[in-house]
Amino acid sequence: MIYQISVFLENRAGQLAEITGLLAKNNVNIRAISIAEASDYGVLRMIVDDAEHASAILLENGNVLSMTPVSVVAVPDRPAGLADVLAVLADAKVDIEYMYSILAHGNETAYMVFRVSDDEKFANAINGKGLRIAEKAELGLK
Amino acid sequence: MEKRYYQPEVETASREQIRKWQSERLVKQVKHAWDNVPYYRKKMEEKGVTPDDIKSVDDLHKLPFITKADLRDAYPYGLVGKPLSECVRIHSTSGTTGKRVMAFYTQHDVDLWEDCCARAIVAAGGTKEDVCHVSYGYGLFTGGAGLHGGSHKVGCLTLPMSSGNTDRQLQFMTDLGSTILCCTPSYAAYLAESIKERGIKDQIKLKAGIFGAEAWSEEMRRDIEQQLGIRAYDIYGLTEISGPGVSFECEAQTGMHVNEDHFIAEIIDPETGEVLPEGSKGELVFSCITKEAFPLLRYRTRDICVLNSEPCPCGRTHIKMSKPMGRSDDMLIIRGVNVFPSQIETVLLEQGYQANYQIIVDRVNNSDTFEVMVEMTPENFSDSLAKIAEMEKSLVSALKAMLGIAAKVKLVAPKSITRSEGKAVRVIDKRKI
Ligand SMILES: [Zn+2]
Repeated sequence: MIYQISVFLENRAGQLAEITGLLAKNNVNIRAISIAEASDYGVLRMIVDDAEHASAILLENGNVLSMTPVSVVAVPDRPAGLADVLAVLADAKVDIEYMYSILAHGNETAYMVFRVSDDEKFANAINGKGLRIAEKAELGLK
Repeated sequence: MEKRYYQPEVETASREQIRKWQSERLVKQVKHAWDNVPYYRKKMEEKGVTPDDIKSVDDLHKLPFITKADLRDAYPYGLVGKPLSECVRIHSTSGTTGKRVMAFYTQHDVDLWEDCCARAIVAAGGTKEDVCHVSYGYGLFTGGAGLHGGSHKVGCLTLPMSSGNTDRQLQFMTDLGSTILCCTPSYAAYLAESIKERGIKDQIKLKAGIFGAEAWSEEMRRDIEQQLGIRAYDIYGLTEISGPGVSFECEAQTGMHVNEDHFIAEIIDPETGEVLPEGSKGELVFSCITKEAFPLLRYRTRDICVLNSEPCPCGRTHIKMSKPMGRSDDMLIIRGVNVFPSQIETVLLEQGYQANYQIIVDRVNNSDTFEVMVEMTPENFSDSLAKIAEMEKSLVSALKAMLGIAAKVKLVAPKSITRSEGKAVRVIDKRKI
């Protein structure tokens, strides 16, 4: 299972730089990042190479966070690659809460991080259509 | 459940009877203060009131207030109504804020005070079969002496433990099988924790606790009750008025019955001094109508409460006061509504936030702005913005329900609310009035 680290962001300049700086100092590699914002606060969502280590550091430094299970799908890196994946999920009636892309290692494949309403339904939909869920190793995650 | 009272004829008297006692005793007490307390007589004269103007409880509002400042001015003997040869005891506050308060008692005063504490012990289920473990401090503080005396009156085996020395507390508690614990709620929580750590819960025979002299929340009550396997009862009092037992909780645990045959309670608007109707939130004022040595009339407690005289399932007819919701000194007036920081604290704890918050009040275009900064907690955090927004909305409506006006909530990172010298600044009022 791949875990996303979700961190509470208050509406304050510099907090994001503090968090990324802290992770850099501790040799944590951020593989994907996405920010959701409301007017007064936000949620920073990250996939990092060592989630356990990173969350310990962030907690020590007084952040509020949660570990959120997500699915990462290998998306064919060609026109309509993502559109096909989304069509599959729409057919299977899987609700997507949010999604964002992850930095790819190879050239053939792109990766998308999905947070969905029903993980099992999601996995069945993806696997049944010749698509695949990515493993930690190919993403460089511990 | 069988109803038990220490003085049933008093505690379950009709409202009319209570009122009759109050009127008779008030008239007598005003005369006593006029004759024997020159300081109060002068205050009455300044207000143009004489004992002849006070014919019943209805006239109570005509009397001048006594405030903490009066106690300071009159320190130490200025409000004493009996020759010192008639006084047998003093008690005193710790004096953390300004000069200490010193209260005097005749033997009669001590007797009536102990009756009040005995009522509290019986309301908590106490009988002569009980072992009453008194861990309030003994000495100048009223806690130890009050519950000690009450426990004697009930006929409990009384353990005068005083506070501190946890090892000895727990040894006596297990060896003698203490059944009722009297102490501050924070000490009760500490003892509960120690019992758990030592794994001696099965040797503890406690069934009830009488906890007061400190503010404590419903949540803390549930924790203590669960950890010690007891019912935890609140008790209220202040040295100026006698000590613990001015009011106490019954099995209903929905407010504290004021011992109205000895103390008349009023709720006033802390700004204007006007008496407010029952059910209003305001400053609690007590008149002692039976005390000889320290006959304070209309003493302003600074505690903010609500009174309620609806019939109580326990059968007691004396009016109930809510747990103090704050101090009138802390009161803010926002858009014409009285707001107490402690009310905000209550809501935050109920909603799973820390009690670390900051209120920012300002005036923009002649209208008050009211913002509450609240620290996000792991429990209320989610990776979903919609869920955070939902929690925030529920906090906003709970605050509105409690305060009667809308506040803007601003969620901030944990530990980001400024603390100066370890103490958080709770209120920033930027209005230039
Ligand atoms: Zn009752």
